[in-house]
Amino acid sequence: MDLKIKAWRQKDATSKGQFEEYQIANITEDSSFLEMLDVLNEQLLAQGTEPIAFDHDCREGICGMCSLYINGRAHGPDTEITTCQLHMRKFKDGDTITIEPWRSGGFPVIKDLMVDRTAYDKILQAGGYVSVNTGGVPDANAIAIGKIESDEAMDAATCIGCGACVATCKNSSAMLFVANKVSQLALLPQGKVEGARRAKAMIATMDELGFGNCTNTGACEIECPKGISISHIARLNREFLCASARD
Amino acid sequence: MTKLDSKIPEGLVAEKWDNYKAHQGLVNPANKRKLDIIVVGTGLAGGAAAASFGELGFKVKVFCYQDSPRRAHSIAAQGGINAAKNYPNDGDSIYRLFYDTVKGGDYRAREANVYRLAQVSNDIIDQCVAQGVPFAREYGGLLANRSFGGAQVSRTFYARGQTGQQLLLGAYGALNRQIHAGTVEMHNRTEMMDVVVVDGKARGIITRNLITGEIKAHFGHAVVLATGGYGNLFFLSTNAMGSNGSAAWKAYKKGAYMANPCYVQIHPTCIPVHGDFQSKLTLMSESLRNDGRIWVPKNIEDSVAIREGRLKPTDLTEEQRDYYLERRYPAFGNLVPRDVASRAAKERCDAGFGVGTGQAVYLDFKSAIERLGEDLIRERYGNLFQMYEKIVDENPYKTPMMIYPAIHYTMGGIWVDYELMTSIPGLYAAGEANFSDHGANRLGASALMQGLADGYFVLPFTIQNYLADEIHTPRMNVDEVKEFIDAKANVIAHIDKLMSIQGSRTVDSIHKELGHIMWDNVGMARNKKGLETAIEKISALRKEFWKEVKVPGTADSLNIELEKANRVADFLELGELMARDALHREESAGGHFREEHQTEEGEAKRDDANFTYVAAWEYKGDDVAPELHKEELKYEAIEVKVRNYK
Ligand SMILES: Cc1cc2nc3c(=O)[nH]c(=O)nc-3n(C[C@H](O)[C@H](O)[C@H](O)COP(=O)(O)OP(=O)(O)OC[C@H]3O[C@@H](n4cnc5c(N)ncnc54)[C@H](O)[C@@H]3O)c2cc1C
Ligand code: FES
Repeated sequence: MDLKIKAWRQKDATSKGQFEEYQIANITEDSSFLEMLDVLNEQLLAQGTEPIAFDHDCREGICGMCSLYINGRAHGPDTEITTCQLHMRKFKDGDTITIEPWRSGGFPVIKDLMVDRTAYDKILQAGGYVSVNTGGVPDANAIAIGKIESDEAMDAATCIGCGACVATCKNSSAMLFVANKVSQLALLPQGKVEGARRAKAMIATMDELGFGNCTNTGACEIECPKGISISHIARLNREFLCASARD
Repeated sequence: MTKLDSKIPEGLVAEKWDNYKAHQGLVNPANKRKLDIIVVGTGLAGGAAAASFGELGFKVKVFCYQDSPRRAHSIAAQGGINAAKNYPNDGDSIYRLFYDTVKGGDYRAREANVYRLAQVSNDIIDQCVAQGVPFAREYGGLLANRSFGGAQVSRTFYARGQTGQQLLLGAYGALNRQIHAGTVEMHNRTEMMDVVVVDGKARGIITRNLITGEIKAHFGHAVVLATGGYGNLFFLSTNAMGSNGSAAWKAYKKGAYMANPCYVQIHPTCIPVHGDFQSKLTLMSESLRNDGRIWVPKNIEDSVAIREGRLKPTDLTEEQRDYYLERRYPAFGNLVPRDVASRAAKERCDAGFGVGTGQAVYLDFKSAIERLGEDLIRERYGNLFQMYEKIVDENPYKTPMMIYPAIHYTMGGIWVDYELMTSIPGLYAAGEANFSDHGANRLGASALMQGLADGYFVLPFTIQNYLADEIHTPRMNVDEVKEFIDAKANVIAHIDKLMSIQGSRTVDSIHKELGHIMWDNVGMARNKKGLETAIEKISALRKEFWKEVKVPGTADSLNIELEKANRVADFLELGELMARDALHREESAGGHFREEHQTEEGEAKRDDANFTYVAAWEYKGDDVAPELHKEELKYEAIEVKVRNYK
């Protein structure tokens, strides 16, 4: 298929960016979206233009490195997948595809389609863990954990930290991201101990880093490539209220 | 050949690790604060090591090329992690895990290391559960297990099809806790460009900031490389796009030996190649072989008809299918080790029985779905089935998956002794980057085990044995010490040279060409002539690269082509060493299959009399052949036999 690509180009964090248009021909529908960009980049290189910078690594939907706002949707038109898993069969010959970086105050653009998501690391550093050292822990089967709770913890833990929820949210809220970690650990006896403290510390850091408030629009849940439910935000709120009540 | 001292402790194999720990040097808490450790890599090995060092009180600097430590390639591991817990009570033990690993590695691994690995495997599961890793559980609330290749017991712990993700997020949590505490300093989007050696000891690294292009020197009393494997050398592999061999290669050029570089694992169950534009191959976890059955049509006419679209796989009756693994290896069936399963698939496809493009076989869940129901299969493998469907556009619940072998893992790597120290004092290698535990073939679910064993339970001990003698070494000023200044200048000169060529070929085009040379000649089946051809071709391609490569943009800004060019320049050298190693090893062992050395039934034929050693290569200069050192392998606790899965 032949396509027109409208991509955001921005030299670096301080420059002003703009859209550029490119034509690309003979893309097969079995290729992935990022493979299409590879082909475009090879074409740009041949013309002596700098290729378009975009983040990616595993290319199988798990590392959370790829991003991209494609035709107005985080990770493009398909559901429950990342951009690297999106295939060109979701587009038609002659389509114009608009590609932008995540747009959020919390994720400044580094270059072209790459953004800085270190804010996510900072939120987790504030408390997204169980405070145990290596060694000296009990046998793995010493505490039985109900399969239902454990499965639900796993649902939350599948978050890949890509940032689609923030990019989609009109308030740029990182609530679903924070909720995933808080909820995962609150559901497990190992994490429950520090539950309230964790929720408070992570929310405080999220606020400091310029993410907005959650107004329950549910947009994040729809665009989450792992299909994580906003019910985890309710659990986060419970943990948070519990912490505030103690203050 | 006496230059290699593997420092294996005295005593029976089961006592060595305890003996070691009882007598090793330790560093007291006050001195720990005065010692700096550099860790390159934040995967399971690097992340676990850095967090544990920080907890102990050392001052740690960690580096990764991704935007966050959580994105290291360990995140992509799907199937599971082994441990000798014997929770299912099916006959497992530390000895059996040790035995299976040595046998699976075709008797080319170091006994003492593997035994220690099996010993600490149980601690890993305890540690991860304490961190809140949500492993799969039974309704009774206890941990669930499944089976992987090369084992007759169920010893694999898992978190759906995302085990690596959950284990890595556990280690990342521990790392975050130390970053928060101030013991660990994180440098993301930073690539290691060289190791700095001062007076024969590793003392630091040179890095490039991938956003600003800044070249910087960092001091450490010890340096740990946990930079993963070099499978991406083949261009197409199951590794992440950025996975590379550069850190290992730079260490090699500074004097660390490369061990068994020809031992590469080709994973039998990957989604087949579909076109020239393809950038990577997707693994379908080995866990699928618990319930999936592998077959091709029994009659070649049916294969042809399927390839031409005249027949569907579901049209064939049971009698018309050849479950060739079950036929050839009745004892292990679909769960034979990876090297065996990969070669068997290639054999069928080469004989004309392949489906799809001809380079594919079926992995079929029909009987499992009939036996267990679609819901249970969805619960076990749902995300893998979804992944398959998104890529191939076919529903694997209804029609069998198509799979073919692909480059997956490198057993070879930096040579290390029992302490995981390389041949450069103070330089350590952990995880997939070292060669240590898997011999000529790695069993499934053992890489995660090894990465975490190295990081949580081995290095935190062994590194202290070295650092105990370093407490009087003051921190060096990197702007004043000649070795740091020189190393930095060399890195800058290397980059300037790459930028100045401005030739006519893109980095990817050269990388793809290298990949083809490697896959054709240093892949699943190797022979003398092919290997000699590969050496010539790689050398010619290297010259072409240094004459014709084109890197646009500037070196002092974010430049993805420059990043790739740096890595491919090293692959072009490492590829040649792999071919040399494969050429010298006149036997078949594990993933290294020399066509000249096979039994009448086409099974790999080892030559124990002449090749029961680790081949450790020493760099001697760019235009000089490397020198081979041999570490003899002695088996005291295990009787060396012909590997048999029949
Ligand atoms: C698709 C897939 C599935 C797998 N499934 C399983 C499984 O089910 N069970 C199992 O046991 N094993 C599995 N494996 C193998 C296993 O995942 C890896 O061997 C293991 O995770 C490697 O861990 P590591 O810590 O050594 O390296 P990695 O996780 O690869 O980490 C490497 C780190 O080094 C950094 N790095 C690399 N080069 C540089 C440089 N030059 N400068 C700075 N930083 C650098 C990277 O940023 C990264 O942080 C799988 C592998 C793949 C590819
Ligand atoms: S590249 Fe890893 S999730 Fe897309």
